[in-house]
Amino acid sequence: MGGGRLLRYVIRRLLQAIPVVLGVVVLNFLLLQLAPGDAATVLAGEAGGAPLEYIQQLRQRFGLDQPVLVQLALYIKNILVLDLGYSFRNASPVLPLILARLWPTLLLMGTTLLLSVAGGVLLGLLAAVWVRTWKDHVISFAAIIAYAMPLFWIGLMLILAFSIKLGWLPTSGMEDAAAFYEGWERVVDIAKHLVLPSITLALFYMALYARLMRATMLEQHGLDYVTTARAKGLTERQITVRHMVRNALLPVVTVAGVQIGGLLGGSVVVESVFAWPGLGQLAFQALFARDLNLLLGIFFISSCLVVAVNIVIDIVYLVLDPRIRVG
Amino acid sequence: MHSFSQRFFANPRVALSLLWLSFVVLLAIAAPIIAPGSPFAIVAKPFAPPLGDFLFGTDSLGRDLMAGLVHGARTSLLIAILATLAAVAFGTLVGAIAGFYGGFVDDILMRITEFFQTIPAFIFAIVLVAILAPSGTSLVIAIATVSWPPIARVVRGEVLTIKAREFVQAAIVAGQRDMAILFGQVLPNALSPLIVTGSLLVANAILIESALSFLGLGAPNLMSWGFQIGAGRAFLRDAWWLVTVPGIAILLTVLSINLAGEGLNDALNPRLRDL
Amino acid sequence: MSDAVLTIDNLTVSLPAWADRPHAVNGVSLQVMRKEILCVVGESGSGKSVMAKAILRLLPEPHVRVAGGRVIYEGQDLLALSADGIRVIRGGRIAMIFQEPMVALNPLMTVGRQTDEIIEVHTKLRPAERRKRIVEVFGDVRLPEPERMLASYPHELSGGQRQRVMIAMALALEPALIIADEPTTALDVTTQAQILKLLKELQAKHGTAIMFITHDFGVVAEIADRVAVMRQGVLVEHGRGKDILRHPQHDYTRALIAAVPSLVPRHTLRDARSGAPSLLSVSGLEKTFAGRGGAFSLGAQRVRAVAGVSLEVQKGRSLALVGESGSGKSTLARCIVGLERADKGAIRLEGTDIAGLSRAKLRPYRKALQMVFQDPFASLNPRWRVGDIIAQGPVVAGTPRKTALGEARELLRLVGLDPKAADRYPHEFSGGQRQRIGIARALAVKPKLIIADEPVSALDVSVQKQVLDLLDELRTTFDLSMLFITHDLRVAAHVCEEIAVMKDGAIVEQGSTAAIFARPQHAYTQALLASVPGRDWQTCT
Repeated sequence: MGGGRLLRYVIRRLLQAIPVVLGVVVLNFLLLQLAPGDAATVLAGEAGGAPLEYIQQLRQRFGLDQPVLVQLALYIKNILVLDLGYSFRNASPVLPLILARLWPTLLLMGTTLLLSVAGGVLLGLLAAVWVRTWKDHVISFAAIIAYAMPLFWIGLMLILAFSIKLGWLPTSGMEDAAAFYEGWERVVDIAKHLVLPSITLALFYMALYARLMRATMLEQHGLDYVTTARAKGLTERQITVRHMVRNALLPVVTVAGVQIGGLLGGSVVVESVFAWPGLGQLAFQALFARDLNLLLGIFFISSCLVVAVNIVIDIVYLVLDPRIRVG
Repeated sequence: MHSFSQRFFANPRVALSLLWLSFVVLLAIAAPIIAPGSPFAIVAKPFAPPLGDFLFGTDSLGRDLMAGLVHGARTSLLIAILATLAAVAFGTLVGAIAGFYGGFVDDILMRITEFFQTIPAFIFAIVLVAILAPSGTSLVIAIATVSWPPIARVVRGEVLTIKAREFVQAAIVAGQRDMAILFGQVLPNALSPLIVTGSLLVANAILIESALSFLGLGAPNLMSWGFQIGAGRAFLRDAWWLVTVPGIAILLTVLSINLAGEGLNDALNPRLRDL
Repeated sequence: MSDAVLTIDNLTVSLPAWADRPHAVNGVSLQVMRKEILCVVGESGSGKSVMAKAILRLLPEPHVRVAGGRVIYEGQDLLALSADGIRVIRGGRIAMIFQEPMVALNPLMTVGRQTDEIIEVHTKLRPAERRKRIVEVFGDVRLPEPERMLASYPHELSGGQRQRVMIAMALALEPALIIADEPTTALDVTTQAQILKLLKELQAKHGTAIMFITHDFGVVAEIADRVAVMRQGVLVEHGRGKDILRHPQHDYTRALIAAVPSLVPRHTLRDARSGAPSLLSVSGLEKTFAGRGGAFSLGAQRVRAVAGVSLEVQKGRSLALVGESGSGKSTLARCIVGLERADKGAIRLEGTDIAGLSRAKLRPYRKALQMVFQDPFASLNPRWRVGDIIAQGPVVAGTPRKTALGEARELLRLVGLDPKAADRYPHEFSGGQRQRIGIARALAVKPKLIIADEPVSALDVSVQKQVLDLLDELRTTFDLSMLFITHDLRVAAHVCEEIAVMKDGAIVEQGSTAAIFARPQHAYTQALLASVPGRDWQTCT
């Protein structure tokens, strides 16, 4: 694969992302229109407390005395210069509030994504290799159970088992703030805190990918190219490793891309269960403070995040599948 | 070759699932008889352990957990089923139009569908409920809004394949009108994947509803399983049953719907059953 | 004879319980000799492919499995070998070529690597030596620029090139026997001719024995040294190729050979009718498709499927539109019946231009113009009763349903089916019967012109003949004209008195079938005619 092919592809995907991002902005605007009261009171935090002058100032800034389309244009302009507004509750502009919470969420998401895809692919592969044996039944049964459990409940059960009863792992937070760890010790501390939230979030997706991987691996068995490989005298292991795994990975990667949004949504629940100081927890707090402006900002930024991760996943797909034309 | 119902009901997983689901539906219907009065009523001292005066004990305010579970079944099922029906209706409409007319219409509709699949659905649902103010109706709207894209995609895919089949072309050559072809020839042949996807969507809707209720976005006057877990989480250390029991109820119900949906798929597509 | 490479002895393969019969192959004994091409011929369901797969134990077990018999290669029973033992044979001593090279190759691996694998698992050659050998066999099978080909993925090659790669893989280790399972069925006729020629040459050069599975007697006539005929899992007859083709002994073989349409044009134009009025007249028709790029490519390529076609069908005449895949013949047909809208040009039906009419405006003309489709399994709605399927056109046109259903029963009788079939569903019928239903549906509105798009290409040869005879008969009964689209020159010669040859969206030659077959003018028509397998065999009989 030439570097030029990749670059052109990335540029094209970035261009394709623009309408999605614009769509989210418009959606945000529509949601604001949906809220009771005008946008200024909503944005100021409807539970009250904002001074009247501030609300007046907001009205002016959003052109609330002007036609809706002008309001929309103003709104888009504001967001495109990354002015997401002001959170009165937190006495801070929205953007820095969000950016401060971005990296814990990225850490949780990245770990979960790796864990769920790697674990799911491996388990699905093993289940397919051991098809219709007790090992397959165990994996498949575990997967279908994990697939039916609510995320927040898994989290609480894991806390009950591993933190409260066994005392192995911390119940909440991202690090032990009172301990003031530095360097390597801090990394270990964060890793310890990461174990339960990432497992909680990953279990559902691991189950999903394991089931998908198993199904596609079994599907490959009947395909002609596998018969060809067998007719060439390859061993079953060679056929599985060299031929089938890569073909079976393609649908898993596709689904992983589709599920990124779901993963981020799940992190709201998981972060609130484990008090993980990420975007999800911020959203949870904004929800309780009725801080809609912050909530909409989080929705916007997390949508952008999904779009970005999707581009990365599409590049992985491009590397896996030579059939995708770029030019 | 056995008939559809033989294949469906003879599957032990399906039979067990249907048994549990009938039980839950029965509880939900009979809730006012089994647990008369409001499930929010305080009936005893807080934190009564299970298997005492109350089968599953009482919660931190002294509410009967069992009464809550029974009324919660009602809420969960009702909201999930209504949301699914709305999502299936809307998704089918979008998917059928996109697949049938193709071209420009298809492009636009599919871009919109992809858009709704890309944005973080759960965060969108949170924002939606927060703005509409929590209530049964806004839960249904929010869940339906984030659930329709898979239906639209499945229906579009089916319509595209069926439309390419020659019997549809024969109907065009016979001079049948578009709507007659869509409803008379195409959609009836797309029914089985639609039913399977729809049934799995109910399970997903229950999960979303419980998560929203857990976060405190449930309908304030309706008892629900997610709400019970949310209310009990602070007392995890001392009253584990407050969280465990409603969670198991959700797990079993979602599991049963998934298994029944899979069974439905196997029974409708008998060739796959040997895999 | 001690010259046998492979001896199949009383082979029986059983089918799963839900199949329509207990055995796919039932007690077949057969030998493949050194340096010979043995053709195994049979219609679908004859068990020929299952037998071929059983030799290398490639059956989809446990559902389809060997129930008895032996397959002897160099004194050992392949069916009794250990897993490791059979692997040494597979690809190394006995190689296999499959029908559809697109799906028989791994789409994610270069063809070079896929060929390399077979050498790697069977020999201890180093990578450089293996590469040398691959380039050599790629050259042997006439792949252009073998060095560059190595790094290509299957989707980058044409159908013929992919099949050459499969042959190269089979040849790589100079096996004693190559089993080829319908290796040319998925290819165009000119490509098929090249591949057959190649196989014959390579066989002569290397002395490899070939077991060639096919349904096509033309192909048999082209390459077979010996022939074995199978039917319903049983070996009906076998012997020298020439003997069986000229003097078949068994009734079934005789019927099969008789069912192959002759290349001799049956209809000759009578001068008296040459001035018949024009029913359909197409002029300057063009249709361009915007290439479907999907989400991954923005630069849409445009494909000119039909590039300025003019043709005419006179009343009572039958015109064959002949071409290979991608020639645009089906698109042309779809434009004429209004399934596609042409970009340019005129389609005159009895003088009225119907090109570019909307579906609604086209409705009055539907009665005159009907279509018979290719795939008997996809062309009938599985959820409708046969009666309703046939009555569909008249009902849409305003005939009361009861009357239309009555007529449908009469039509069923006319196409040779029981009128009671009207109350049954399509899945209860065989492919040939379904095609009869499709024909009845087209006749229901009493059309003047029938456009038949490859109506027999999905059918077995004996059923094909029945359907062609039926069409011929109905032409006279209903005073029909026909535009018959086919890739098969034999079928064209059998059915139509006029022929138009299409290539790359344009008609290269047009005229009476007899004249064109006798003196093809255009180079492509000549190549097409020369490519018909078993051409000489037929002209001799």
